[in-house]
Amino acid sequence: MAIFNLNVNGKKTQVDLDPATPVLWVLRDHLNLVGTKYGCGIAQCGACTIHLDGVATRSCLLPVAAVGNKAITTIEGLSENGDHPVQKAWLEHDVPQCGYCQAGQIMTAVAFLKNNPHPSDEEIETAMNGNLCRCGTYLRIRAAVKTASKS
Amino acid sequence: MTLVKTFNGRRSFLKATALAGGGMMIGFSWLPSCQSDSNADLTLPKEWFDLNGFLKIGDNGLITIMSPNPEGGQNVKTSMPMIVAEELDVDWEKVVVEQAPLDTKLYTRQFIGGSQAIRQGWHGLRMAGATARHMLKQAAAQAWQVPETEITTAEGVLLHEKSGRSAGYGEMAAAAARIPVPKEVPLKDTKEFKLVGTSRKNVDGKKIVTGQALFGMDYHRPGMLIAMIVHPPAFGMKLKSFDDQSARKMPGIRDIFTIKALQDEYERQYFDTCTFTDLVAVVGETTWEVLNAKKALVVEWELFTAYTESKLTPGGKQTVRFPAGLENSSEHILQMEKEAAKPGKVRRKDGEPEAVFKLPARVIERTYTAPFLAHNCMEPMNFFAHVTADKAELAGPLQKPEYTEKTLSARLGLPLEKIDIQMTRLGGGYGRRSYAHWLVEAALISQKMNAPVKLIYTREDDMTSGIYRPAYHAHYRAALDAENNLIAFQVKAGGIPESPLYADRFPAGAVDHYLAEDWAIESNITVGSFRAPRSNFMAVAEQSFLDEVAEAAGKDPIEFRLELLKKAKNHPVGKNNDYDPDRYAGVLELLKEKSNWEEEIPGIYRGVSAYFCHNSYVAQVLDLVMEQGKPKVAKVTCVVDCGIVVNPDAARNLTEGAIVDGIGNAMYGSMTFRQGEPEMNNFDKYRLIRMEEAPGAIDVHFVKSDIDPTGLGEPAFPPVFGALANALYKATGKRHYHQPFIGNGLAG
Ligand code: FES
Ligand code: FES
Repeated sequence: MAIFNLNVNGKKTQVDLDPATPVLWVLRDHLNLVGTKYGCGIAQCGACTIHLDGVATRSCLLPVAAVGNKAITTIEGLSENGDHPVQKAWLEHDVPQCGYCQAGQIMTAVAFLKNNPHPSDEEIETAMNGNLCRCGTYLRIRAAVKTASKS
Repeated sequence: MTLVKTFNGRRSFLKATALAGGGMMIGFSWLPSCQSDSNADLTLPKEWFDLNGFLKIGDNGLITIMSPNPEGGQNVKTSMPMIVAEELDVDWEKVVVEQAPLDTKLYTRQFIGGSQAIRQGWHGLRMAGATARHMLKQAAAQAWQVPETEITTAEGVLLHEKSGRSAGYGEMAAAAARIPVPKEVPLKDTKEFKLVGTSRKNVDGKKIVTGQALFGMDYHRPGMLIAMIVHPPAFGMKLKSFDDQSARKMPGIRDIFTIKALQDEYERQYFDTCTFTDLVAVVGETTWEVLNAKKALVVEWELFTAYTESKLTPGGKQTVRFPAGLENSSEHILQMEKEAAKPGKVRRKDGEPEAVFKLPARVIERTYTAPFLAHNCMEPMNFFAHVTADKAELAGPLQKPEYTEKTLSARLGLPLEKIDIQMTRLGGGYGRRSYAHWLVEAALISQKMNAPVKLIYTREDDMTSGIYRPAYHAHYRAALDAENNLIAFQVKAGGIPESPLYADRFPAGAVDHYLAEDWAIESNITVGSFRAPRSNFMAVAEQSFLDEVAEAAGKDPIEFRLELLKKAKNHPVGKNNDYDPDRYAGVLELLKEKSNWEEEIPGIYRGVSAYFCHNSYVAQVLDLVMEQGKPKVAKVTCVVDCGIVVNPDAARNLTEGAIVDGIGNAMYGSMTFRQGEPEMNNFDKYRLIRMEEAPGAIDVHFVKSDIDPTGLGEPAFPPVFGALANALYKATGKRHYHQPFIGNGLAG
């Protein structure tokens, strides 16, 4: 066990746990932030995507000890009222079906657009290819990322 | 105008009450069909009388519709209340949709009907809205002392034109609640629909994009423990012993013990499929701690001997045999070939097919196969349970609670009314969440711990614990006469462990000499429904085969199908053809137009397919292009006839999803076994379709219809396998008979 001072969604929090604990489970089990989802646990599906200093990161394989001073942002901390341009684009295209993968999709899209605000279609596909959606909402995700890139 | 009865025999489908502080509430059932003429309430299932939906009209005019249906992606939580609001005649913007409070006894009959939800709910929902509107009109007529027939409604306002009086629904709601529920109410003419047929956004959209939508995985209770199970690594094996010496001492671990999910002698309910009944349970404080302890457990397994299970199915009691042994996919293929070579069970025969196949004719003969598939819902299986001495509380994602609650009651020795199953949002279902052995497991673990527990399957547990789409095989023969007419058709289909055959489907009814046979091979690998069960294989086999027969006959594949459908309409062969040739032809005709079928574009390879299942008709053209030697789906044009479409954009979303899913499963979907062990246990080995492989565009068209809504979530899934196979042939010059296409003659 060890104590970690984390900065999650702009708030400082302290946790005392096994340094190997993946951030995914720290968020879900210890901080009650359950918007970040578990899908595979082996960095294959993207459901657990968070931002570490703005960089999209798979939290299922990220030990809490590796976070250091980096700021963690989860879907809950993306915007005050769900009005981030990417969230708005998601609503405009009515993207979700079951919705389980969507927090991860949105977090991936936000980080990607920050580095590449006006991506080509191919760049969108490459950036989003690591996020699985079993319901098959890929076409709407593609369109929503495009819309967000224009706003 | 249609009049519907709000009662059957002496029992009513509805109940009205006054709300404390003004306003009215109508409780209604989401299930009844009001078309029954019978006066005996005995003939209707009792759940049709369970009030499980609520409609509240507040004195401020705010309308709340409480949906008992948990959402699993079919958008029922938006579309079903739209139907109520349509008949009620209110402004959708003023409607609030709530998930029914989960802890009331009134909501025990929740269901996810998949494609069937809207179909089953249609009448009940319309009746609820119409009844409330009718009662509000009556209340206004009494208050204003005018004939009720002179009162009209629009957007939540009652109006008496002659006197110029008007009132919002809220103002009349309290008075309306005191009026007895009318025995009969008029429904709107579907042509007058203003809301149904318009696109409305998912009522949970905002919650989803902000991470607030709660799934079973997210369920939490103070003091709740986390549990996981360890199940045999291979089908054919069972638990022998375990050593938890080190695991037990690990931090956060509360207990490790075995459970027996179902007793050997228990007569199983239809959805109680599960071969791993003896499990080791690991319980601890946090997920990470339990995961670690699970890895540290040393478990010994042994082979099981063959056993039989008795099961209650809709068709009566059934005995299922599970053979001993560790099965291999390579052997499965040989077994299927051997079985297919023997005569099958004849399921339908028209004319003299055997004799006709002996005549000099051109005979085309082909075999199709498909592997087991895993459902792979993005949210792995999980359930919360809190079992105490006198009651059991459960919560989580589940598709068929009415079956599971019976099993749970028997297993825990608690009466049904002491069992409360709450349903959360589902992170995908596709049939998998009907087989709720994990719910029983969670309850047993909680009982043993005497504490609230959430059972979580890891992805690996989820993928390797069974309930797969069966492996299938189909052999087709067709005979063409000198004029290229299809004179005989034969299908023999089978699977491990179930047959996929639908004997009465197209082209049955369109061919004079027809034979349908099937067979099945026992297995200890468990299977269950998977998005459009059986159709998801028969469509690719049949639609690929018809494509090849059309080619042999020198006919355009759409014209060839249309000719057969014309024959099925004008001179139907045999009885019980389970499709409507007009609606079938209708989707093909519209598809021709919408896809510009006649136009040839260089570099675009097109395949067509059409299929009927779940009461709906779907036809698709898939356009492939070759990019660096690899096929890429450029576009799918899809025509759907599913009756009235309640929420077109949501319906389009579902259809797109079904198409993407179908392409993915046809190309990559495969679960194989070696020595009984599933060879894929996570997404590094089990390939799911990703964005790059999804079609560039999907163009969905709905046939205009005033037929009551039919299935939507499933029917667009099966045909796309066939359209893809046929387009691949055009692109590569090679027919693809075996799924997954990638790895079976197609690189990628
Ligand atoms: S849960 Fe982290 S990538 Fe799947
Ligand atoms: S919306 Fe269901 S997995 Fe993506």
